Amino acid sequence: MSEEIIKAEGLTKVFNKHLTAVDHVNFSVKHGEVFGFLGPNGAGKTTTINMLITIMKPTEGKASVLGFDIAKQDNNVRNVIGVVPQEYTADEDLTGLENVLLCSDLYGIPRHIAKERAMELLKLVELTDFKDKKVQTYSGGMRRRLELACGLINRPKILFLDEPTLGLDVQTRVASWDYIRKLKKEFGMTLFMTTHYLEEADALCDRVAIIDHGKIVVVGTPEELKHSLGGDIITLSIKEDPDVTELIRSVEHVKEVKKEDGSYRIKAEYGEVTAPFVIEALRRKGYTVTKLMLTEPTLNEVYLEYTGRSMRDTEESREAFRAQRMTMRRARA
Amino acid sequence: MSKLNEHHPSKFHGIWALTKRELKKWLKEPIILLMAILQPVLWMGLFGKAMNIGNMFSSGSFSNISIPNITLPGYLVSPPYTSGNITIPSAILTQGFQQMFADPNFAPNVMRNIFGVGDYFSYMSVGMISFIVMFTTMFSGMSIVWDRRLGFLNKVLSTPVSRGAIIFSKVLNASLRSMFQATIILALAVLFGLQVSSTFSPIYILAVYAAIFLLCLGLSSVFLAVALRSTKWETQMAIVNLINLPLMFASNTFFPISQMPSWIQAIAQVNPISYLTDAIRRLTVMEFNASAVMFDFTFLGIFAVVFSFIGIALSWRYLTK
Repeated sequence: MSEEIIKAEGLTKVFNKHLTAVDHVNFSVKHGEVFGFLGPNGAGKTTTINMLITIMKPTEGKASVLGFDIAKQDNNVRNVIGVVPQEYTADEDLTGLENVLLCSDLYGIPRHIAKERAMELLKLVELTDFKDKKVQTYSGGMRRRLELACGLINRPKILFLDEPTLGLDVQTRVASWDYIRKLKKEFGMTLFMTTHYLEEADALCDRVAIIDHGKIVVVGTPEELKHSLGGDIITLSIKEDPDVTELIRSVEHVKEVKKEDGSYRIKAEYGEVTAPFVIEALRRKGYTVTKLMLTEPTLNEVYLEYTGRSMRDTEESREAFRAQRMTMRRARA
Repeated sequence: MSKLNEHHPSKFHGIWALTKRELKKWLKEPIILLMAILQPVLWMGLFGKAMNIGNMFSSGSFSNISIPNITLPGYLVSPPYTSGNITIPSAILTQGFQQMFADPNFAPNVMRNIFGVGDYFSYMSVGMISFIVMFTTMFSGMSIVWDRRLGFLNKVLSTPVSRGAIIFSKVLNASLRSMFQATIILALAVLFGLQVSSTFSPIYILAVYAAIFLLCLGLSSVFLAVALRSTKWETQMAIVNLINLPLMFASNTFFPISQMPSWIQAIAQVNPISYLTDAIRRLTVMEFNASAVMFDFTFLGIFAVVFSFIGIALSWRYLTK
């Protein structure tokens, strides 16, 4: 199926007339796929999602969801989408069931249908036993699942997930992936998600768009993207100081060499064969290789390749992350 | 729209859902209600009872004040041919004054001339309803700051609930809470010695609710618009703290406007709090005066329409940016 369910053309959002959060972005999401927006914090992922779910108006450009214009037919869009926001939005003072029913009221779903559906969804996210407990008592993972149940209450055609596993521990995160896979499999739902976890995008998404500084740098399936790097990556360091970039480049099968923080990042077609040749070439000139690492490309390499930054560099401490988010929020307000 | 949402919700389906959420939260925390009630009760008990203003107009207040003899020219007193002066001794005058003070209706009559009500407690305890309306609307405005910070507002904005419903549910919530609290305050005031006027009829309570609703409509729309623009609840808190005292004292809540210096009078006469207080007073503790009550309602009505229009327009612009 290749029906384009979301289509964005030149979508742009400028805050306070000078902060360009999303910069002329073009992409489309096909029916039934899991589409991931991958990028560091502050890259414009949430702003893009906020425009698509009609809580923000684009400054420029347009987008459509299921054929409805997000700016002109916003209420139509709202009826067919489900949203699982980044934050825990469930009301702490209410119980899990009350929260789901509140969501159903927001869509105007009659009580008798809503109750049945709420119980179904609570079962799906395994919260049936906790439905009458106040959300205050829920763990982070349970809250995420509750958000998921709320987002599904109107049987959406497209579900938007903004950082669905942010702040969860590894086990809970992997468990959340299972729910997302289940949604795709059981309901054939189209999913649009943002994440800054590479392994998450790799594990869940059919297609990934890497976004940086408000621009989409590349779009493709995780496999395509990895393949586009054209080979394996050899990272090595030498004991001596001089720049040996040219020397390495002269070795057969080496496609590209970049010097980064004292180590060399070498792209080569057959890494396991090329590596010994590189070591040999260096030794012949009297250099000593101190460290060597051979990696098959992951999305991390793809990310590094296209943004020139390591994902790790952008994941600052929690405090810095909070501060950045507050700044973004203030700008949005 | 009807094809997309098989349940055909009305345009206002969200109002009740959102109001219910707030009321549920409110009822689950009875301590908040208790605190909200306790504050005006303390004011009533301490401020309303500490100083018995009516008692000032009794013979005791004049015990050390000597009344001089009064000497009048004789021709003022009949028969006209009397010459010389006539002196009324101080003792007689003092007795006259004391007889006046001894009349149990004297102090209430003086109070009625100044306050319009026979006793100060009845006067100020009714003002506590305005007090509670003001605080409830302010805090209801603040709650949207939390809704936004916690992401709840964004979630609601992504559902087909109309923006107007989001705003109106806050206003409705503030009004319902104010009415409920006002009922408790009135009941407690009666228990503490509030004296309803002879013209009072239980049906007037409905008019009291209507007046409360009008003030809530105007005030909470304004506070909501302010709250939507301030990103921190601390800012809201500071605003609330700053304006509640002048709003209360530059109104007829505690003292009659006629006794105020002209510059406070100027504020009190445009302060909507004065009109709510006056309307409730005229409906409960003062003699009913239809034209005066109509005037209060007209002012409150205009205030509600103008300010809710401004507030809703500003909020709307924010929510649909």
